[in-house]
Amino acid sequence: MWKFFHKLASPPHFYRIAESLLPWFAIPGLLLIGYGAYAGLFVAPPDYQQGDAFRIIYVHVPAAYLSMMAYMVMAISAGIGLIWRMKLAHAVSAAAAPLGAWFTFLALATGSIWGRPMWGTWWEWGDPRLTSELVLLFLYFGYMALRSAIEDTTKADRASAVLALVGAVNVPIIHFSVEWWSSLHQGPTLVKKGGPAMDTAMLYPLLAMIFGFTLLFGALLLRRVRTEVLYRERRKRWVRDMILANTGASK
Amino acid sequence: MNEPEQQYPGIAAALGELVKRDLSLVVKRPGDVLNPLFFFGMVAALFPLAVGPAAEQLQFSGPGVLWVAALLAALLSLNSLFLADFEDGSLEQLLVSPVPLSAMALGKSIAHWLTSGLPLVIVSPVVAMTYQMSLAVTGVLMLTLLLGTVSLSLLGSIGAALTVGLHRGTALLSLLILPLAMPVLIFGARTVSLVAAGDGVAGGLYFLAAYAMLMISISPFATAAALRISNE
Amino acid sequence: MSIKLNGSGLTLYRGDRCLFKDLEFALNPGEMLLLEGKNGSGKTSLLRAIAGLIELESGTVLWNDEPVENERQVFCNSMVWMSHKVGFKGDLTLVDNLRFESSLRLPSGRELDEVLRQLGLSRLKRLPLRSLSAGQQRRVALARMLLAAAPLWMMDEPASNLDAEGRELVGSLLASHLGNGGMAIVAAHQDVEIDVPTHRIRLQ
Repeated sequence: MWKFFHKLASPPHFYRIAESLLPWFAIPGLLLIGYGAYAGLFVAPPDYQQGDAFRIIYVHVPAAYLSMMAYMVMAISAGIGLIWRMKLAHAVSAAAAPLGAWFTFLALATGSIWGRPMWGTWWEWGDPRLTSELVLLFLYFGYMALRSAIEDTTKADRASAVLALVGAVNVPIIHFSVEWWSSLHQGPTLVKKGGPAMDTAMLYPLLAMIFGFTLLFGALLLRRVRTEVLYRERRKRWVRDMILANTGASK
Repeated sequence: MNEPEQQYPGIAAALGELVKRDLSLVVKRPGDVLNPLFFFGMVAALFPLAVGPAAEQLQFSGPGVLWVAALLAALLSLNSLFLADFEDGSLEQLLVSPVPLSAMALGKSIAHWLTSGLPLVIVSPVVAMTYQMSLAVTGVLMLTLLLGTVSLSLLGSIGAALTVGLHRGTALLSLLILPLAMPVLIFGARTVSLVAAGDGVAGGLYFLAAYAMLMISISPFATAAALRISNE
Repeated sequence: MSIKLNGSGLTLYRGDRCLFKDLEFALNPGEMLLLEGKNGSGKTSLLRAIAGLIELESGTVLWNDEPVENERQVFCNSMVWMSHKVGFKGDLTLVDNLRFESSLRLPSGRELDEVLRQLGLSRLKRLPLRSLSAGQQRRVALARMLLAAAPLWMMDEPASNLDAEGRELVGSLLASHLGNGGMAIVAAHQDVEIDVPTHRIRLQ
């Protein structure tokens, strides 16, 4: 088991494995999203209160979930990189941040669009989850800004890892404090005692979307980490050999 | 060099000396303390000018405005926390000293709080008076600021350590620290608002105290790690 | 317990450029390691890496056969550091600066006044450091080395900003430190002429 991880952590090996893993994430992910989108938009019955407006949850919920998930991936790999000095982990962290920021933005945008018919405003400060998503977006921005402000890659890796870890400690506290501040968001419907309070015709497409989005995130992450690894290892022999072999150019 | 057991310089003594040194530097350059205070007073004065002098409105929004002003003032002073030490090389000397760097980081945070947080707490009643706050509300404002600025100094040290030596460090520092400081702002300002509305304060104060404790246990280590990285 | 410092496989990159690769060194009491090379050749980086101020790409530095990153406190306790920055507060007086410094390191037992006289700083001790010339500030940094009990001196361009007399002083201080069983690692672009066993690393 350890040997497997050790091997995975070596960049050339990861580069090859990631390539073969990519379709296993991307294809089921796209299929699930296709099914979820179709079933969610056309098959599921309209909500008895919200009408068709509720259908935005098929994007909003997975995006919001992944915005948190991506931060966790970022912080955990940052911690691994910092403690065990694993360069690949830093690459994962760097690759996860922009993805997380995009999902956060998507969750904010869909939340705002949803809020228009529900609350009558595009933005409602009284909604704690929307507000903490906004803070999360700022945390992502801070992480990426710090990274781009430091020229040296290894230095940027470690500095931003410290920030990601401090942020990870704070995320639940921010969430809690915003919640304490006020409450307007509709209560959780998915995770609840006695099963989800939702019709199965609405639920299955949502679950499909959540899994689909997660797999898609995995695929995008793999792809981004591959690029990141390639860039970081550009001076290494295996990259040069590979480029020579692929392009057929001779030196 | 043939001691049976290694001896080290005392941690508490070194920490105390560091705080003393930073305080005596501030005596030489009082502007570092006064500028953020003026800034605090200025922002607090701008607000009534912008929204009008109605006493009700000032009483209602006072806690929030004063807290935002305090947060920005604390941020203003953070930028210089490690900058001078970085530039003249005394930070480097701390890094190669046998005294644990986390203790030195804590010392810097303490010195920062004594020269930025504490003065804010002390002048806050004057500003609160102009916002027509009652005595009880002013007292709670001071208490929340007392607890909150401790957290801000500790949290800010991490950000200051991460950005020291970077171009455009000031703007970056704000971007890093402000979202993290959100809980302190929310609990600080809301607790004062609650007491103004006649509610209890214990919950908010407990939270601020707990957050300060959390920061005391995290910040010295995170700051030390960040300083090592930044000084490379 | 005799002291020693070893390095093996030391490698460092800056961006795409390799500063040094697979360097080795061994240093025993009474010996000096001289890091030579032109400006920008990476000698300061190597010195900083040995001191633990820069993380190496690979390789280990061993203090008494123990990797320094595992025993940072032990290693730092045995070392004083002098870089091109003075490391003192310009607003404070020479004495206040050195007094603060003494809380960071174990004292060598030398008298402060004696050290200041040796370095020709006695008249300046109540002045804020800011008002001293670059060469005088350099001498204050030397006072730090003399007042600390550390056997390993690490110096980056110790002769810079110093006049002929000052350079001679550095040489004689180094010689007597090494003669007493100390060690030194010195990065310099010009030769340091003292009669002690010297290892050299020349960086390209």
